[in-house]
Amino acid sequence: MNYYLSEELNDLKDLCAKIAEKYILPVRAELDEENRFPREIIKVMAESDLNGIYIPEEYGGFAETFGGGSMALTVATEELSKACGGVAVSYAANALGAMPILISGSEEQKKKYLPDLASGKKLAAFALTESEAGSDAGGVKTKAVKDGDSYVLNGTKQWITNGGEAQIYTVIAQTDPSRGTRGLSAFIVEEGTPGFSYGKKEDKMGIRASSTMELIFEDCRIPAENLIAREGHGFLVAMKTLNKSRPGVAAQALGIAQGALDEAAKYASERVQFGHRIDSFQGIQFMLADMATQVEAARALVYSASRMIDAGERKYEKESAMAKVFASDVAMKVTTDAVQILGGYGYMKEYPVEKMMRDAKITQIYEGTNQIQRSVIASALIKETAARGK
Amino acid sequence: MRIVVAVKQVPDTAEVRIDEERGTLIREGIPSILNPFDEYALEEAMKWRDKLGGTVTVITMGPPQAEAVLREAVSMGADEAVLLSDRAFAGADTWATSHTLAKAVEKIGDIDIVMTGKQAIDGDTAQTGPSIAASLDWPQITFVGFVRELNQDSIVAERYVEGGCEVIRSSLPVVITVLKDANTPRLPSLRGKMKSRKIEIPVWGREDLELPEDEVGLDGSPTRVVKITTPEILSNGEIHHGESEKLAKLLVDSLLGSEVP
Repeated sequence: MNYYLSEELNDLKDLCAKIAEKYILPVRAELDEENRFPREIIKVMAESDLNGIYIPEEYGGFAETFGGGSMALTVATEELSKACGGVAVSYAANALGAMPILISGSEEQKKKYLPDLASGKKLAAFALTESEAGSDAGGVKTKAVKDGDSYVLNGTKQWITNGGEAQIYTVIAQTDPSRGTRGLSAFIVEEGTPGFSYGKKEDKMGIRASSTMELIFEDCRIPAENLIAREGHGFLVAMKTLNKSRPGVAAQALGIAQGALDEAAKYASERVQFGHRIDSFQGIQFMLADMATQVEAARALVYSASRMIDAGERKYEKESAMAKVFASDVAMKVTTDAVQILGGYGYMKEYPVEKMMRDAKITQIYEGTNQIQRSVIASALIKETAARGK
Repeated sequence: MRIVVAVKQVPDTAEVRIDEERGTLIREGIPSILNPFDEYALEEAMKWRDKLGGTVTVITMGPPQAEAVLREAVSMGADEAVLLSDRAFAGADTWATSHTLAKAVEKIGDIDIVMTGKQAIDGDTAQTGPSIAASLDWPQITFVGFVRELNQDSIVAERYVEGGCEVIRSSLPVVITVLKDANTPRLPSLRGKMKSRKIEIPVWGREDLELPEDEVGLDGSPTRVVKITTPEILSNGEIHHGESEKLAKLLVDSLLGSEVP
């Protein structure tokens, strides 16, 4: 389907396809096998200016060129994810880490941090999740206590994408434990701050090229000016960030699904059984047709959500959640079917589809589980219905 | 450091076939690309520009559509580009081509180095680089696999030749032709792509270069391509299976019995 992307977005897509072909495809199986962060590829992406596509010109990026940045991030993430969901999320997690500063940061914070993120000189990560705070952000136990001109952080963040690789972390912590989610605040913590260290690196089912780590804060003292927005606004900052970043995860899922569909269609055109190419069998044809239709429907939804954000729409949490839910469910279905079409070969590591199936699973879980997304969609729907009733 | 990189637009030879009757390449439907060897020259030029400052100007001689490879070079990081295009340039052999390119280098002026790929993947002559040097009356270092030093006065380069490596020092200005060993060409950047879409690329013709008619194009070319053919296959290979000792004996016997000079 033709989405009539602008010339600039097409340039971006071509460039990402080149990076995927030249740098990602040759090593994706190795990165997966070795659980290795793709530093060299991340560097190439930065040199190709990919880190600046969602950051405004005045802070060293060029989001305006792409009409805002959400669609640009979507197109880039989709294209990279076709080759490897793990490399793509390592790239896209920068946007997630930068988002709290972009959305709610002060002018000084933007000027201080965004140019290095736009150039790719530094990487970013977003740290909300803890062992007891996943879907329920109110369970955050990491504390930030104001002490003169500083805040002192104590606690442990878990499963942080780009942990150990990023230099700038946006961290959600409790400043007033008595107030639950309203007692949360967002902070910027730089790598190397005394009291800030890394814990274990996770050994994951999929997206194994990406780094997922614990962040440990032990009397970690940061300047008070590193508070994003105001005390108590942390939950709001986190929700705004996730609403805006979800099309990115949806794009990752979409890319993984497209990559699996491409592999399955190619295999089916080459594999001969009973004297015929297997794509001449209706059983396979119907599977491929359904996969292609689902991928296209996911793309339409993801692109529409991104375009809404770029158009300056204020409320898009429902659409953003729909895109994430649908695209990630499609990714799981399509990658599973791709493995099925490749049969025994699909189950082997010599072919890329088993990795795609493992990579797809996380997209149903992170940045808000699909169950939480459905709650978001339902609550928006209930509100709309109530508003219509008046 | 002011560097000119001379590049060529070539057909993507992976799929090129030869028209047996006419003795020419069948170009229809074959995408045109920047000569892959020229990417190494461009990268080498940009690498030293990034280190020492200066400019990289990329030039090519060809039909109007050859502008595409100049824009591609700009998207990769070249500062400026000039297209040499004129009906009078058509049919040029390597002598006329390099003479025209050399004139353009003189017109740009104040150039320290001209770089080219070691050869183009269509003609495979490897003559244009050396011939530019001859036309400019500059020294040349061909088949450069590594540039050890470069400063405002001189260059020290490793020249990879069969059976060894020559280390050559030369004064500037100089022409070098670059091998793929020299570097890994960078990808285009987004900023580069944006610049490449906007940049004005001047087109210089014969008169701009003040070249007489008999020094350009077909009229200025001392050589003529009479025919291009695929080499005839004189004999087919044989495949034998079996134990290595027997196979070795078979090979020795057949070599002894053959007419291999």
